[in-house]
Amino acid sequence: MTQVRICDEGRASMIQRAIRTVAVVMTALALLAGTAGCAAGQDTGRDSGSATETPGVLHGTVTVFAAASLQQTFTTIGHDFERAHPGTTVRFSFAGSSDLVTQIDAGAPADVFAAADQASMAKLPTDLLEGTPRAFATNVLEIAVAPGNPLGIGGLDDLTAHDVQLVTCAAPVPCGAATARVEQAAGVTLHPVSEEQSVTDVLGKVESGQADAGLVYVTDVRGAGREVTGVPIAAADRAVNTYPIGVLRDAADPALARAFSTYVRSAAGQRVLADAGFGKP
Amino acid sequence: MTGRPPVPWWLPLPAVVGGLFVVVPVVAMTGRVDPGSFLALVTAPASLSALGLSLGTAAAATGIAFVLGYPLAVLFARSRSRWTGIARAVVLLPLVLPPVVGGLALLAAFGRLGVLGAFLDDHGLRIAFTTGAVVIAQTFVAMPFLVASVEGALRVEGDRYERVAATLGAGPTRTFLTVTTPRVLPGLRSGLVLCFARALGEFGATLTFAGSLQGVTRTLPLEVYLQREVDPDTAVALALVLVVVALVVIGASSVRERAVLR
Repeated sequence: MTQVRICDEGRASMIQRAIRTVAVVMTALALLAGTAGCAAGQDTGRDSGSATETPGVLHGTVTVFAAASLQQTFTTIGHDFERAHPGTTVRFSFAGSSDLVTQIDAGAPADVFAAADQASMAKLPTDLLEGTPRAFATNVLEIAVAPGNPLGIGGLDDLTAHDVQLVTCAAPVPCGAATARVEQAAGVTLHPVSEEQSVTDVLGKVESGQADAGLVYVTDVRGAGREVTGVPIAAADRAVNTYPIGVLRDAADPALARAFSTYVRSAAGQRVLADAGFGKP
Repeated sequence: MTGRPPVPWWLPLPAVVGGLFVVVPVVAMTGRVDPGSFLALVTAPASLSALGLSLGTAAAATGIAFVLGYPLAVLFARSRSRWTGIARAVVLLPLVLPPVVGGLALLAAFGRLGVLGAFLDDHGLRIAFTTGAVVIAQTFVAMPFLVASVEGALRVEGDRYERVAATLGAGPTRTFLTVTTPRVLPGLRSGLVLCFARALGEFGATLTFAGSLQGVTRTLPLEVYLQREVDPDTAVALALVLVVVALVVIGASSVRERAVLR
């Protein structure tokens, strides 16, 4: 009995010592990793170009990160591109432009990035981009209200009334920046009840009836069809968002990425964008 | 046999990995905080507003969860009906539901076009986009923690003492207040702490149901979400504040538990 007790205690304390040693070593490593991580900076290191295709023939998958307001048009453009280049697949990730910038900066696997304003594109470190981003479309703001405009909103001034629940984009998002510019141009101060992270969230709140009005792009109003009614803003053309598209240096297949970017700026891509209400770049 | 019984030698290996899995990301994030600007970032108006809002709404949500959830837990624990299992599963749904889904459910009930929300809106009581909506969202996701914790403690305690009190002539209310509640206090405390911590960290349901506006509905998690793209330094500083508050809250509850055991 005595022997068993000593054995058990010895083993138990040995285990405790082992745990402590391992824990100390690992914590030290963790601290080192933490401080080294921010010093080392960004490392997206992926192999670029498993380009085994015949020159001129495109195939493979291209990953496109695009602003939320481009969802409908880019999906169509993606299908058109796949039809024009059989063997290619276009994969999309749509979100608020500032969300996408954060993701790409943190190493998300994007080949092409299309932002909703040049300020967002500028937030991306230049060493992540190949070449200079090119403008491919413009967009202006419009007021989205419930179908039929039950509250009789005529313009920005009507949105300042107390009983109008207005939703806008948050300032860091491109449509939020445009909202601030249009407020300044029109000399109106808006008081939204909520500031959303992407323009599609704003549209969603108006469509679902949660909000009376929302500041979205003209393309969003057109894309929503009968779900919302659009009220033009007089000063809208003084707050134009120019959409740039850029190819990322770490693209898996740079030729394919460049081809997609070119397609968006080609006549075919521009026609899709114009049909949706986008302006010329 | 003195001392504790031994554990298998290989148990610490996955255990340490499990511990590191949580520790490493938190420590790595803490390593990104810039000590020089930390205080300035954390005391900025937007940050203080978010922190005050978070603490206030979480406290309110915990209070409501206590008033509504404690009786619910007692009923669940004392009930012998076969419907209890189903009722409990429904009440504990927010534990498993993604918070965004919780937000959608709250919209369907209390939103402007919701089942109850439309009625309230007609009578001038707007819930959506108010601080009240934040409290409702936090209560929705956090109350199940309290219910589960207290019900568990009550089941372990059994109802022996309540029976004795009844034979000694105490009415049900007096028994509940003077016998049941004091005995379940440890479980109640840990339930309240979990509830507060969960309410403090609530994000998805708040964003979907209450929106995001500084001073009204933008709690600390929402502020971090906004700042992470604008000013990552602020986001990390606020995240550290949340980590510290969480540590304090969890630490406070475990200190009390040790005191009770001693």
